[in-house]
Amino acid sequence: MANKIKVATTSLAGCFGCHMSFLDLDERLIALAEVAEFDRSPITDIEHCGPCDIGLIEGGVCNSENVHVLREFRKNCKILVAVGACAINGGLPAMRNHISLEDCLLEAYRDGIGVENAQIPNDPELPLLLDKVHPIHEVVKVDYYLPGCPPSADVFWAFLTALLEGREPSYPYELVHYD
Amino acid sequence: MSGTINIDGQNIPFEEGQTIIEAATAAGVYIPHLCHQPGYTPHGSCKVCTVNVNGRNCSACTFPAVEGQTIVNNSAELEQDRRRMTQMLFVEGNHFCPSCEKTGNCQLQGVAYHLNMLDNHFPHFFANREMDASHPDILIDHNRCIFCNLCVRASREKDGKNVFGISGRGINKRLIINSDSGQLKDSDIDVNDCAAHICPTGAILIKRTGYQVPIGKRIYDHHDISEVALMEEREHGK
Repeated sequence: MANKIKVATTSLAGCFGCHMSFLDLDERLIALAEVAEFDRSPITDIEHCGPCDIGLIEGGVCNSENVHVLREFRKNCKILVAVGACAINGGLPAMRNHISLEDCLLEAYRDGIGVENAQIPNDPELPLLLDKVHPIHEVVKVDYYLPGCPPSADVFWAFLTALLEGREPSYPYELVHYD
Repeated sequence: MSGTINIDGQNIPFEEGQTIIEAATAAGVYIPHLCHQPGYTPHGSCKVCTVNVNGRNCSACTFPAVEGQTIVNNSAELEQDRRRMTQMLFVEGNHFCPSCEKTGNCQLQGVAYHLNMLDNHFPHFFANREMDASHPDILIDHNRCIFCNLCVRASREKDGKNVFGISGRGINKRLIINSDSGQLKDSDIDVNDCAAHICPTGAILIKRTGYQVPIGKRIYDHHDISEVALMEEREHGK
């Protein structure tokens, strides 16, 4: 099929739980593969996102690399989707937001229990941390939101099938949850 | 004296002294709400129960039912207003549902589900709020307080105490505790007080009771808050 829709996915400050939940589509993945192909995604290992129809973003924005990746997705994806609690409200990583970045680093790499050879990582290859973790809608325009920690495979399916059929996505009560 | 009001085209009887929300609840009509609780003095702070009465918006929990009122409860515009107000409550505090013991049983979450709230829309405050774990049986997490005043009212009206108060205004508003240290352990609250159990969110929790009900069996897992609230609150009105 020549005109498959293109889907890109990434995890920013997330745990890949949303991606695991996406894989819970199980045999429906085969049906999806009939009509869609993946661009940049942990599933393909493609490193940069080309022009796509749908971009699925898991996780919030916690460092400079997250900002670049998110902007790359926004630039290339016709429809950008915030997937899961972290992309929508920062999620558990954002629970560091009331602690100063310095204190976070000192606790993790110098003062925490069991730390040996204490040093704060400063390799130039490492992306710099932002002082706060942000939901993605604070950085780019977001078209759709799939709540849940993670959203169940049924949520992904309801969303993708609606879009493929040209309908506005809607979800039965049981599919909308924040945990 | 009694009479009839009309909500969304439906004639609803009321008794003298009833508010709009009380008359609606008795007739099986749900109006979303958070700071309202049957049996407590109306507070009118969350504004989630906003309805349109004869062309003007007002809070159904404080506005008296009056003969001949024409009330709009279910409209796309009111639902959008209510959704935005609920989103404001979410971004003003720190509501991380996956890490909260109240998740699944939380009225703030239940109302958000009812309003089909899929995102928080506004930039987050990420306010710096404290926790008070000083009391042996009761935990206060100010991150989740929505200033509904229910614990304040419960302590005063039901428990005959005066444990809680709301201090400050606007962005500086906060829940305070009536004790010399300002800590809950030095107040005269008891774990069996109404005030310890009334919180609609996870701001006041009873320790060692979290996550006892498995996912799938929690209050709002399968039932919209409109069903749950009508059942509980009509029971209360009998």
